[in-house]
Amino acid sequence: MFENLSHTALQQYWWILVSILGALLVFLMFIQGGQSLIYQLGKTDKNRSLLINTIGSKWEFTFTTLVTFGGAFFASFPLFYSTSFSGAYWVWFLILIAFVVQAVAYEFRSKPENLLGKQTYDIFLFINGLLGTILVGAAVGTFFTGSHFIIDGERHSQWTMVTRGLEAALNIQNLSLGLTVFFLSRILAILYVFKNVDNDEIVQLARKQLIYNSIPFVFFFLLFAFLLMLSEGFAVNPNTNEVFMEPFKYFNNLIGMPLVAFLFFLGVILVLLGIVFPILKYEKYSNKAIWYSGLGTVLTVFSLFLLAGFNNTAYYPSVADLQSSLTIANSSSSHYTLTAMSYVSLFIPIVLTYIYFVWRALNTKKIELKDLEEEHVY
Amino acid sequence: MTNFDPTLIDWSRAQFAITAFYHWCFVPLTLGLSFIVAFMESLYIKTGNEEWKKITKFWMKLFGINFAIGVATGIVMEFEFGTNWSNYSWFVGDIFGAPLAVEGIMAFFIESTFVAVMFFGWNKVSKKFHLLATWLTAIGANLSALWILVANSWMQYPTGVHFNPDTVRNEMTNFWEVLFSPVAINKFLHTITSGFVLAAVFVVGVSAWFLLKNKETVLAKKSILVATIFGLIMSVFIIITGDQSAKLMAKYQPMKFAAMENIYEGRTKAPLVVIGALTKDKISNKEEFAFKLEIPNILSTMAFQKKDAFVPGIKDIVYGNSELGIIPTSERIQKGKLALEALKDYSEAKKNNDEFAMNESFNILNDNYRHMGYGHFSDPEEIIPPIKATFYSFRFMVASGFWFIILFIFALIYILRNKIEEKRWILYAAIISIPIVYISSQLGWVVTEVGRQPWIIQDLMSVSTAVSNISTGSVITTFMFFAVLFAILVIAEIKILLKQIKLGF
Repeated sequence: MFENLSHTALQQYWWILVSILGALLVFLMFIQGGQSLIYQLGKTDKNRSLLINTIGSKWEFTFTTLVTFGGAFFASFPLFYSTSFSGAYWVWFLILIAFVVQAVAYEFRSKPENLLGKQTYDIFLFINGLLGTILVGAAVGTFFTGSHFIIDGERHSQWTMVTRGLEAALNIQNLSLGLTVFFLSRILAILYVFKNVDNDEIVQLARKQLIYNSIPFVFFFLLFAFLLMLSEGFAVNPNTNEVFMEPFKYFNNLIGMPLVAFLFFLGVILVLLGIVFPILKYEKYSNKAIWYSGLGTVLTVFSLFLLAGFNNTAYYPSVADLQSSLTIANSSSSHYTLTAMSYVSLFIPIVLTYIYFVWRALNTKKIELKDLEEEHVY
Repeated sequence: MTNFDPTLIDWSRAQFAITAFYHWCFVPLTLGLSFIVAFMESLYIKTGNEEWKKITKFWMKLFGINFAIGVATGIVMEFEFGTNWSNYSWFVGDIFGAPLAVEGIMAFFIESTFVAVMFFGWNKVSKKFHLLATWLTAIGANLSALWILVANSWMQYPTGVHFNPDTVRNEMTNFWEVLFSPVAINKFLHTITSGFVLAAVFVVGVSAWFLLKNKETVLAKKSILVATIFGLIMSVFIIITGDQSAKLMAKYQPMKFAAMENIYEGRTKAPLVVIGALTKDKISNKEEFAFKLEIPNILSTMAFQKKDAFVPGIKDIVYGNSELGIIPTSERIQKGKLALEALKDYSEAKKNNDEFAMNESFNILNDNYRHMGYGHFSDPEEIIPPIKATFYSFRFMVASGFWFIILFIFALIYILRNKIEEKRWILYAAIISIPIVYISSQLGWVVTEVGRQPWIIQDLMSVSTAVSNISTGSVITTFMFFAVLFAILVIAEIKILLKQIKLGF
């Protein structure tokens, strides 16, 4: 089946899969959003524990999606992995630390004699919520703004900035995407709380926080979207493979790929509906809003990835040397490997199905304080 | 390929080594304890006896604490392939990436989905579904190990690939050859069974502590019963797979084998040194035996199934042995340089659209490709790995393997006679065995990884050409950070584990 597809078709298929994983990752970052809200929504120790246990049973999904996103990217576009990870060393290092401290924090925080004390582990969770989202967002932002590297004939890369990727955070467009992801993750967490927490005090605070977080979210998202649509982009000449700067490239990509444009706008509308509905009519929408905004997030992020990689665009551009820019064609694995992996990808629907059933089985009812008396709590 | 600053290479190596070391402090217990817990829960479902439920929950709690930190250190390793070994990542990404992606899609999600049911599902799903989740967590955890070990095995014995000069990397030509290479299958079985033995020793040791304290005796004895049976079966299995590992090493990585046995000059009817001490001869710079206890002929027999088989020594491999057809390393270095030169010429010819020259270079490259990694060396002796570390690690690992069998046999005999509390020496021995099994497990990796230096991919890529082009200072900084962070987390983990054990079932 897959072996008959052209190399280009397989590269596109894998770019779509990587984009779906990236989109799911951003949606699942409601875990990080929740972690960055623990002090604002949880005014007492018990309420904080309740919040952490609500999101805690799901943290591994986000973590595993991140690991799989990295693994799939490595497998399908290894030149990105080798160029970006070694080049933007400090950014990936910080992202790594943010996730390392998260992994232990849940399990360790409420255990006796845990060396650092509950508060430290809660700070770890907060750090993960803050840095994890902003840095991942800013790193994806460089897909549109470019990075400083040169690749030689042997595919060895050299980063030309001593700041090793940290310079990306100084770019207003990257930063606005990072902050968009940060505030979006908080909004998704609030909607998740509406659906899953049975505690008036927390829910009241969450309703206020929804408004507080929506304003900066909309601001930064619009800022990012305007900058993106107005900016020059990294276009590839399909005949010569030469990379050149094209004015309004990403706007042109939207026009050139109407389906992507449709998904993008549908996604944005769904995210906004998920925010506006519970503000206007809480009783009616509190349980459903997460699905609107969640699906909207997936569609929007998915279409952003397609804007970066499709329609003759370099998805990981170099501003130090335009011709070193990575495209899905010049950075991918071989035809054979992509074919083999494509067969493996047929398992993805099975994975999603069992995750769905297990998730449903565990979330039969809302969590309340008395649930914290159970044996396995974080 | 560039040769980098040696201090950068050493610090990058150190960073990966420390990450792998910390990761491996937790993984084997996860691999084994997940199955032990699954056995225990199965007994609960089968008998309906609440004691088994209590036992299951106790070990599951310890599993959870250990699992979290295993996950935390695992992601660091995944990232480090890219951050610190970027040239390697490209050179093998076409092979290495696939198992990593399969691992993510097929194994990690099983593990992380069902582990949530295991912890939070006791009152939310049916008993049978919970049991299924526990089994799936165990299977998922062990499947995760499969794919990463396939990748590691490929580095020890590269197969199922060809080198593509256009992309300057190895490309996979046969997925099944990579997955089912004899080295991969054996490494997987040997590694997971080592995890099973480690977990069994852990359970027996912790339970022994309860018996010594005269606490929770009924539950502790039941735990010992399950763990000793599992541990004993797996210890036998680990010897079989260990023996197979050595045979494969003798065949595919003769230098590692020679270092592990400290054989300088090869010989027929080679004896096996059971115990020995090494000392460096100042004049010849060779490792000599200060003393040794050996069994005649056994090494030849074990490695090649023939008493008079020739076991090549370090000298044979470095300087060649024409009788046996072993090419001297100096010749391989020259062939390697030819391959590198041909690769350069090929790229040049391609730029100039000179097809004739491209073909010519391509042929030279193909003829010499299997020596390409040697092209970066100048002194043939550079291919000798650290001998002492490999030699001693191997002996400690093997000796402790036999020790665990003895421990399991005695523990099983006395637990079946219901007399284990009276045999305090077994209980003490079981507790002491916990650190021994952890050390042994780490040393197994020392044999595998230190023994194959200076290669990151046997014969094809040396560690020195695989490293990322980063400032040494950056790597030192991140190394220090990881070393301190992991040390803190490990101390926290041990404190939490000890406290949970003290709190009892």
